[in-house]
Amino acid sequence: MMEFSEIFFKYKDLISIAVYGTAIMLIIIGLYGVLLKKHLVKIAIGLSIMDSGINLLFVAVGYIQNGTAPIFSPGHEGDVAKMVDPVPQALVLTAIVIGFAVTALALSLIIRLYKHHHTANIDQINSLKW
Amino acid sequence: MLKKYIIFALIAVLGFYLASTFKAIPFGANRLGDLNNPETVSAFYLQKSPEDLHVANTITAIVVNFRGFDTLGEVTVLFLAVTGLMSILYRKEEEETEERLAIPSSSLVRTGAKILFPLILVLGIYVFVHGHLTPGGGFQGGAIIATGFLLMLITYKTFYTNHNVMTWLESIAGLGFVAAGLYGLIVYGSFLQNTAWTGNLNDLISGGLIPLIYIFIGIKVGTELTSVLDTLLNIKPRKK
Repeated sequence: MMEFSEIFFKYKDLISIAVYGTAIMLIIIGLYGVLLKKHLVKIAIGLSIMDSGINLLFVAVGYIQNGTAPIFSPGHEGDVAKMVDPVPQALVLTAIVIGFAVTALALSLIIRLYKHHHTANIDQINSLKW
Repeated sequence: MLKKYIIFALIAVLGFYLASTFKAIPFGANRLGDLNNPETVSAFYLQKSPEDLHVANTITAIVVNFRGFDTLGEVTVLFLAVTGLMSILYRKEEEETEERLAIPSSSLVRTGAKILFPLILVLGIYVFVHGHLTPGGGFQGGAIIATGFLLMLITYKTFYTNHNVMTWLESIAGLGFVAAGLYGLIVYGSFLQNTAWTGNLNDLISGGLIPLIYIFIGIKVGTELTSVLDTLLNIKPRKK
């Protein structure tokens, strides 16, 4: 049975590619949804997916090998050297809340647009086109 | 069709540059520097949080104390978003005629929801009261409380949140946060400055103003998310 640190050291490149790759793929999928989908709810979902990708990227940058959570719980007061970077996690906490606010506002606008035009397809909502 | 290919090309270029940027940042490397003589801001927070503030959860210390002003702005953004959502979805009373739920829930779901609802509320309150000791905090606790209300709202046709109570709780919590900031301004000369009395590490009452502010944030976020869910669930199709 290998320790986690050994596994990490052995497959370091693979893990790094997996984590960063997932985050970048999420951002790209979200951007694809925002730019190319015609349905407004799908665009909102794309925004949400992009949010998750960026959050994952932040947390991945702050990770330290074999790190623990930056919490000085009883019995772990001396583990400062092992703790991961707390700043990206605090920033992601902010980003998640702002992402929620953006999604909620976008959905409310979509509901209003749907009620007015009876469709959520942006090609058919063309009353402002000239 | 051409537009689609241009967008694909742009996305590919963006992905390539993102990948090549993050390839240069080694994953899992220690970038904090010396923890005893902090030179990076993260090392500074990791050192000061248990020593000066006696707060076990460093992230809480950053969110509420070191970057407290930022969090006040974040709460304001959330408040503005909720206000915007409510004003966009506002509908006069007489237009609301149809039932909220198309299919009534079964008695199993109704009984289960009734049992789970107080437990979810207690969990949410626990999470934001212990925000400075364990993982969690005001935003997470508020979100948990909102899920409890969501369960009740989607289970019972007749469950309505009292808007007056929600508005008052939210206003008092928001004012409490600002009052805690002004207390620091008046007593110590700087907005949101923490008190000198911070208790012991890992005590429930420790960290000075931090647990108080996180309780305010928890109540505020919980009521705001509940009002969002209530508003979104109570929109009716327009009557012809």
